[in-house]
Amino acid sequence: MDLNFTDEQTGFRDEVRAFLDRELPPRLSEKVSRGKRLTKADYEEWHAILNARGWLGVTWPKEHGGTGWDAVRRHIFEEETTRAHAPRILPFGLAMLGPVLMKFGSDAQKSHYLPRILNGDDWWCQGYSEPGAGSDLANVQTTAERSGDHYIVNGQKTWTTLGQYANKIFCLVRTSREGKPQQGISFLLIDMDSPGIEVRPIVLIDGEPEVNEVWFTNVKVPVSNLVGEENRGWTYAKYLLTHERTNIAGVGYAQAGLTTLKRIAGEQMQGGAPLMSNPFFAAKVAQVEIDLMAMATTNLRTIAAASNGQAPGAESSMLKIKGTVIRQQINALARQAVGPYAAPFVSEALEDGSNVEPVGPDYALPASQAYFNNRKLSIYGGSNEVQRQIISKAILEL
Amino acid sequence: MDFKLTEERQMLQDGLRRYLAANVTPEGIRQTDENGTGLDTALWQGLTDMGLPGAMLPEEHGGFGGGGFDIMVVFEELGRAGAVTPLIETAVLAGGLLGEAGRTEEVGDIIDGRLVAFAHGEPASRYDLNRVQTRAERTGDGWHLTGRKAVVHHASAADTLVVSARTSGDADAEAGISLFLVPADAVQLRDYPVYGGGHAAEVALDCSVPAAALVAEEGKAFPMIERANARAAAAQCAEALGLMETIKSLTVDYLRQRRQFGQPIGKFQALQHRMADMLIEIEQARSAVINLCGHLASGAGERELHVSATKNLIGRVGKLVAEEAIQMHGGIGMTQEYALGHFAKRLTMVDHRFGDTDFHLERFIRLSAA
Ligand SMILES: Cc1cc2nc3c(=O)[nH]c(=O)nc-3n(C[C@H](O)[C@H](O)[C@H](O)COP(=O)(O)OP(=O)(O)OC[C@H]3O[C@@H](n4cnc5c(N)ncnc54)[C@H](O)[C@@H]3O)c2cc1C
Repeated sequence: MDLNFTDEQTGFRDEVRAFLDRELPPRLSEKVSRGKRLTKADYEEWHAILNARGWLGVTWPKEHGGTGWDAVRRHIFEEETTRAHAPRILPFGLAMLGPVLMKFGSDAQKSHYLPRILNGDDWWCQGYSEPGAGSDLANVQTTAERSGDHYIVNGQKTWTTLGQYANKIFCLVRTSREGKPQQGISFLLIDMDSPGIEVRPIVLIDGEPEVNEVWFTNVKVPVSNLVGEENRGWTYAKYLLTHERTNIAGVGYAQAGLTTLKRIAGEQMQGGAPLMSNPFFAAKVAQVEIDLMAMATTNLRTIAAASNGQAPGAESSMLKIKGTVIRQQINALARQAVGPYAAPFVSEALEDGSNVEPVGPDYALPASQAYFNNRKLSIYGGSNEVQRQIISKAILEL
Repeated sequence: MDFKLTEERQMLQDGLRRYLAANVTPEGIRQTDENGTGLDTALWQGLTDMGLPGAMLPEEHGGFGGGGFDIMVVFEELGRAGAVTPLIETAVLAGGLLGEAGRTEEVGDIIDGRLVAFAHGEPASRYDLNRVQTRAERTGDGWHLTGRKAVVHHASAADTLVVSARTSGDADAEAGISLFLVPADAVQLRDYPVYGGGHAAEVALDCSVPAAALVAEEGKAFPMIERANARAAAAQCAEALGLMETIKSLTVDYLRQRRQFGQPIGKFQALQHRMADMLIEIEQARSAVINLCGHLASGAGERELHVSATKNLIGRVGKLVAEEAIQMHGGIGMTQEYALGHFAKRLTMVDHRFGDTDFHLERFIRLSAA
């Protein structure tokens, strides 16, 4: 047992820190730390900066323009970038589609799409969920019917995160009704500007139009946009989900959130003293911090196993549950900490270029917003209930 | 022992439930949020016609109710409907304070539907009722008020504010707090919507008012404020109970309807047990509200002990119910459009007024040791 990084790993960490000092635009880190909404251009700017350094394809192998980093380096990078309040790397092209194409895509698909992901030419969104296919993803009903060298796609996807910015969507579509539902699913790449696609925003409880419904009416998609084989899409979809679940613990986010929480509780006064010195409140903060310290090590244990070549299996379900619960607890404490100023619902003040003044201390609006918005953490990416099912089946064999 | 409502209260409850079911809609709530003041004037008129403000006030102050269980019945129904109204502010808080001060004329107006808000909390006061830094200085023929008030609910819809200000003493002394009637157009308001519906405002005061603006005895307002606050907390806890009841039925309905893996998700034991826990906790919440409403007329010691007990329990259960309901709905529970969001946000915000769960836990320990 050695809880310390090697010299080589420490050196890497310093290199990342130096890079962030130099290259992370203060305008962006300021927005992230103040809980402001990032625009499409903000994300693109940060992606481009990382790409210029060769650090955008964090999970990608070198041959495809990625970093080739092992799990420990990825973890260090993740931790440092969240601590520095860098924008997150959007997962749809980089963490989700990229790995699927590398493993199952045709040579033409790889050489066309992978560089475009790194260069920011394409903005991908994820078209998995449907109104009737949430936890039961295999129930997708959007159909793709073969007609010559095209598929004709009809149906509806929903909860499509940031689909309003996307020019591409990767979809699970039904190509067969024979056999088990899983056996008739295909993985299709679709242009968002194809005729017959309509995107409608869904506003979430915090006021943010973060997700969308995407409707398909007789959308023509070239057969060359099929990934892998027809009716084998479920395999690819599951492969993608294991990648979606890397860094699922969100340790860096939790740590950043804890720092903010302590700042808020240090400034808010109750009964003439800072809230942070109130034993009732301090106890709750301490409790979640203790949980986080242990979870960070659980996370590192998983990472260490993964870099020794063991595939992360049901452990990622454990990390997802614990990680999201801890983050949600931190969000709830921050909401509680701001007191009466949790009430103002001035969501536009978090928007870029908005001239709407915030209300109360600068940390108040983002605290409520993050609390409500992050209720999603335990719902998406496989709900925490579904993760418990996985643990009880795969680890406990119940 | 008798936990049944009196016939009159039963009628009030039935009539109100019918009225609200017909007049409060999600669209209405959304539209109201987007208008300038966050007030649904038609709804408020209807509720005034039904006599709601008067039902919050005792006969000796010109009202025709004012008992703890009047408050409970009315606010549980308002919560059940998710209605956004200024009833706490104008009738329970301002009306209660003005009634105690013998201001029968203003109380009469409030019973007729006039809107008065209570501007008490300040940017640095959090939940401490005694922490008042707004100052009132005597001038030749009246008072000059300076200071800031924070998150004053329904201020922009009101034509008058009852403002607390310090006429003597340190920033946190109970003695030395006075109340003044201030016309809304004499102050600066920064209006904004709040989570869960309705508007609030930041209030900046730098204005003169005549001597007659002083409500009640100079410097002696604290016990009045504490009493009014207890009644407002009871009203809000009853409203929370109504909100929970609706959240419960929305969630149970959803568990029955929503199918995944070829069956209603309500067939999954993991969700069944949590729904059962939610039900148990909501029954606890109902009992806590009954405890508080049944002790509003008790002496300050007993009354305040119940305020803290109930507010603590409602805070805990409210959080559980809102979070569990969203979780068990999945993505749909996260949307602004579906009804749950409004109820869950309104319920969450209950913990941000009149003292939160921890504030009252600490206070309960202190009061119960006394
Ligand atoms: C903000 C947000 C962003 C999203 N982004 C995307 C995206 O970009 N692309 C995309 O494809 N999808 C996206 N999703 C969809 C997300 O993956 C689904 O919401 C999720 O899979 C849950 O499905 P559902 O919402 O239909 O809930 P349901 O599956 O209907 O679940 C409802 C409840 O039942 C529980 N439940 C279901 N099955 C079981 C079971 N067997 N045992 C016990 N409990 C069970 C669930 O845990 C949940 O509590 C997003 C969702 C949200 C909220």
